[in-house]
Amino acid sequence: MAVELYLDLLSQPCRSVLIFAKINNIPHEVRNISLMDGEQYGDHFGKISLIRKVPALRDGDFCLTESPAILLYLAQKFQTPEHWYPADLQQRARIDEYLSWQHCAIRLHGSKVFWLKLMIPEVLHVEVPKEKMEAAVEELNGSLKLLEEKFLQDRPFIAGGHISLADLVAIVEVMQPLAAGLDVFGGRPKLNAWRDRVQAAIGKELFDEVHQNILGSQERVKVMDGSKLEFSKAKILNFFM
Amino acid sequence: MAARQALQVHLDLLSQPCRALHILLACTRLPHTVRHVALRKGEHRTPEFTEINPMQKVPVMVDNGFILTESDAIIKYLVNKYDVPDHWYPRQPERRARVDEYTAWHHTHTRPHAAKVFLLEVLLPAQTGSPVEEQHLIRALSQLQETLDQLESMFLRRQPFLCGDDITVADLLAVCELMQPEGGGRDILQDRPLLQRWKSRVRAAVGDAFDQAHAVLYALRDRRRAKL
Repeated sequence: MAVELYLDLLSQPCRSVLIFAKINNIPHEVRNISLMDGEQYGDHFGKISLIRKVPALRDGDFCLTESPAILLYLAQKFQTPEHWYPADLQQRARIDEYLSWQHCAIRLHGSKVFWLKLMIPEVLHVEVPKEKMEAAVEELNGSLKLLEEKFLQDRPFIAGGHISLADLVAIVEVMQPLAAGLDVFGGRPKLNAWRDRVQAAIGKELFDEVHQNILGSQERVKVMDGSKLEFSKAKILNFFM
Repeated sequence: MAARQALQVHLDLLSQPCRALHILLACTRLPHTVRHVALRKGEHRTPEFTEINPMQKVPVMVDNGFILTESDAIIKYLVNKYDVPDHWYPRQPERRARVDEYTAWHHTHTRPHAAKVFLLEVLLPAQTGSPVEEQHLIRALSQLQETLDQLESMFLRRQPFLCGDDITVADLLAVCELMQPEGGGRDILQDRPLLQRWKSRVRAAVGDAFDQAHAVLYALRDRRRAKL
């Protein structure tokens, strides 16, 4: 029986979940939830997830949110190849360490740059002070440095010789500020090389397909109806500014 | 025989995730050595500590030379590696997923929102000598209220513990964060009977380990009260 995946591919963790499901041929049905249209607040989605966040998974009666939890659940349930979440406890711990760290690091900083650089000025039409933008980029630089120097070091992937859940969760986050026009890979040969390896392991076609929407962001905001985000404007500004 | 334990943890009990780890170690009776790192004194920035953890944060675990940071990862590693009761981090996939779901959500909700109140009421004034920034505090308290609402409605609901019928590592991580504002004399659960009852259940489940882990926080609270 197929699992239902509630996704919006503009959201980084939705992309990691979809890539994982597709690359492992996990039987799944995608239910699109448009965050821009506030669909996460609809009645139907409320029945799936009280937490009202995407990605969300429904497997029979079992509903789950939070991408690390979903990825781990799918890996276990569908007995995916071991390298995604190895049995070796130390390698596994390295992955858990990354999955924990990234919430308040790359994920937070990359999202912030995406919103401050693109969405807030172009869609909400609110000016972002230069210092705030610079500070956000500095924070992201710090996280990217730690990704390279602590989590990758001399290894091809975060947990060692093979791609794992950690790399998947990392790459989708790094793509977000890129989509806003920030050159995250410029001057970072190590990050570049890792990105190439991750893309090759995922398959360029799948990687590009899943990132198509987000990478079209700079174009899309030109024609986007800003009023769609009015309902969450205060919350967004409160959070990022 | 005073053997040097192969398992070492570097902790400051003023740190919420350090307390959660400390309580788990006490409850599971895993032999270990504690190395205290006084954040207040900047001991996390010494060359010796930085060599162990370049990110200069606590807790850090060293198990036979294997160094690990991030409390979730440390806690899950210990539970997976050593023979501890299954309820802490159940093997059954759906029950485990519930714990993974909470520990992820924790990073973006419980942890930052409770920590912010402590930061604004205790840490910043202590560091800068300035009075509490009231507007920021009001905002932080409001955000915390939302998180407490979500803890009650999305996780606890009618269950005894956050992830089901039995205590898990999720409850330890959560309770230690929610205790932090007590360092400033603030009981954030005072008007929340549902969460208070949950906290009592957690305390009962972990016994003396709870107050032992929180002794430093209580001492801070008592020192501040004495000054008033």
